[in-house]
Amino acid sequence: MIVGLEIDGAGADPAAWRGAEVDPRAILTGELALRAVQRAEAAGVDFATFVDTLEAPDDVPDRVSVRLDALGLAARIAPLTERIGLLPTITVTHTEPFHVQASVATLDHVSGGRGGWVADVSSSAAAAAVIGRREPAPAAETWREARYVVDVSRRLWDSWEDDAIIRDASTGRYVDREKLHYVEFESPTFDIKGPSIVPRPPQGHPVTAIRASSPEALEAAADADLVLLPDSDELPTQLNALVVVSVEVRPHLDGVEGLVAVIEGLAAAGVDGVHLRPASLELDVPVIADELLPRLRDRGLVGAAERGGSLRGRLGLGRPGNSYVGSGR
Amino acid sequence: MSKQIHLAAHFPGVNNTTVWADPQAGSQIEFGSFRHLAETAERGTFDFFFLAEGLRLREVKGKIHDLDVVGRPESLTVLSALAAVTSHLGLAATVNSTFNEPYELAKRLSTLDHVSGGRAAWNVVTSWDAFTGENFRRGGYLDKADRYVRAQESLRIVRKLWDSWTEDQLVLDQAAGAFAREGAGAFADEGAHFDIRGRFGLPPSPQGRPVIIQAGDSDQGREFAASDADVIFSRHGTFEAGKTFYKDVKARLSKYGRTEDSLKIMPAVTVVVADTDDEAIDKAAYIREQQVSGPTALVLAELLWGRDLSAYDPDGPLPAEDPVVGSSVTQGRVGYNDPFPVVAEWRAQAEAHGWSLRQTVINQQNRQTFIGSPTTVAEAVNHHVQEDAADGFVLVPHLTPTGLDDFVDRVVPLLRERGVFRDEYGGTTLRDHLGLQV
Repeated sequence: MIVGLEIDGAGADPAAWRGAEVDPRAILTGELALRAVQRAEAAGVDFATFVDTLEAPDDVPDRVSVRLDALGLAARIAPLTERIGLLPTITVTHTEPFHVQASVATLDHVSGGRGGWVADVSSSAAAAAVIGRREPAPAAETWREARYVVDVSRRLWDSWEDDAIIRDASTGRYVDREKLHYVEFESPTFDIKGPSIVPRPPQGHPVTAIRASSPEALEAAADADLVLLPDSDELPTQLNALVVVSVEVRPHLDGVEGLVAVIEGLAAAGVDGVHLRPASLELDVPVIADELLPRLRDRGLVGAAERGGSLRGRLGLGRPGNSYVGSGR
Repeated sequence: MSKQIHLAAHFPGVNNTTVWADPQAGSQIEFGSFRHLAETAERGTFDFFFLAEGLRLREVKGKIHDLDVVGRPESLTVLSALAAVTSHLGLAATVNSTFNEPYELAKRLSTLDHVSGGRAAWNVVTSWDAFTGENFRRGGYLDKADRYVRAQESLRIVRKLWDSWTEDQLVLDQAAGAFAREGAGAFADEGAHFDIRGRFGLPPSPQGRPVIIQAGDSDQGREFAASDADVIFSRHGTFEAGKTFYKDVKARLSKYGRTEDSLKIMPAVTVVVADTDDEAIDKAAYIREQQVSGPTALVLAELLWGRDLSAYDPDGPLPAEDPVVGSSVTQGRVGYNDPFPVVAEWRAQAEAHGWSLRQTVINQQNRQTFIGSPTTVAEAVNHHVQEDAADGFVLVPHLTPTGLDDFVDRVVPLLRERGVFRDEYGGTTLRDHLGLQV
């Protein structure tokens, strides 16, 4: 089983920040997230996702109504971790696809091949208003566009062949420009010429995850490498991707036995893994690390904690070939 | 007391200053290279580390330019990662205001400032060309004349978002269950380029406002810097040109109610250090030859002439034709507004010295700013600063990632001995290092 961890403020419980064990300032410095990810990594958790939205969190005085940019936070954590995958949520509705793909490629470079992203849309009026360029659109429309963004991101990651940088002193050429490709991408809402500004990322394609939070998102998840499925009895069977089920957990109160049973049940149902949403990062992640993972390992459900290598390798995804190699384009 | 010098490290970029073919040259993309240079700069108690930006690969005559470094990672992501492995060094990102939206910029830069403990800076650049626009949703939509209007409006809104929380709105009272006051971060703005409203989801970062850097050189650009910037990244590294620029820009500050020390002028410079002055002169000449191969000389001449010069021999004489203004032979880099006087100067120098085209480029374009023994360089750097040709410098090394090792190990101690450069960081934020108020 794949095991993932969600990072969101002080935890999934809106009151988690009030605990005496929490220094709320550490939400804003990134220290709280860093500590949780490092604990999870040491225990063998495979990846961490970072929640984000384009617009600010809801303005509710007793909740964490602030949020760091997930990409910046994941990058801040990258050099201080070695094995865990890092997947910030990045929204694509009001942002520039060219920047988005360059950022994800860069996260893959700075993390040595542990980068990915949770591709998400912004369908709300609040998100549209902070950018002010497009009217809000329904989920069907924003997810349709998101599929084009995922597609062009992979093309742009391929727009540099792996061996494009030749550093050939004899001819004075730094790159072989035959190995750089114009993607010439056209979609109903944007066009991109290419190539990318960033050389091909270490994993070829950083891991693209989609949270199947709506029927439209589930449809788009057909393009993902990794699907985050909300806790649900209805498991889709048609997906050509890894499927992990997101569950909110509070093992510091509930213990881990019930959770082990849930995960065994998911494994029996053919699910690829579980995406844990701890109620409190400070209270629950240590229990996940010290008690849950060892029990899953005892039952042969998870691999050794120390596995290195790329995130794709860790998840059993191959390194993708390059769609432009030998294409003549 | 003597003026204190400010120093920054520029990661080697995609022009021919960077000698990628040297056996010592390392990766331009691996994080280890960025980390090495940043750690070197921090060891040298530099003010900040600087990353340039690229949004489209350069082209010459319709093909991707392949003679210089091509490609780079995205700046803010690299700097967020460097925040983890440095503790005091400022982290400056060049980010285009034309192809980014103020809300996103404010959020990403504020995040960098929060996670770095107050070390973020934004070098505000603009572009307008359709060539770059081909990679973006909106294309090359902006008029050249409008780019500073958008940049200025963009910066004004970014600051408004950074200022959108008052200090007392972040409550963090766990017992009472009050995280923040309702309404904190609310904003609305309507201008020529933006019409936005909502709530900004980050309270004031350690610096309040990240440092603003500006690099434009036109009259409009200088005015923008005088009204809005904390630092100017200038191209005027030589003594006389530096003094003229310094005087010009500092004189513009008073009309914005600003003092002269509220804007630091830091020209980009190159440095060659060796045991003796003679050795440094030889080393500098060798580096220039590495920087300007025959094909590179032609490409640089094409940028100046605005013509296809592929029929010329770089080891032969300069082209006889007149330059063309506004050509598209070279795409993706800044050309010459008025190439005629430059061409005339090149011709005069070539004739006087009997130089070939390549030798002319080597001598006219790539001469390093400071060349000499550690003592010579330290004295020259200090002289420029004390005589108001600069407040400090952005050092552009020719080698990735070890190009500043010599400067930090051999020149910085001499500046410290002279009492004109810090022994250790006195504060924790970039504003502290630069001596800037919010």
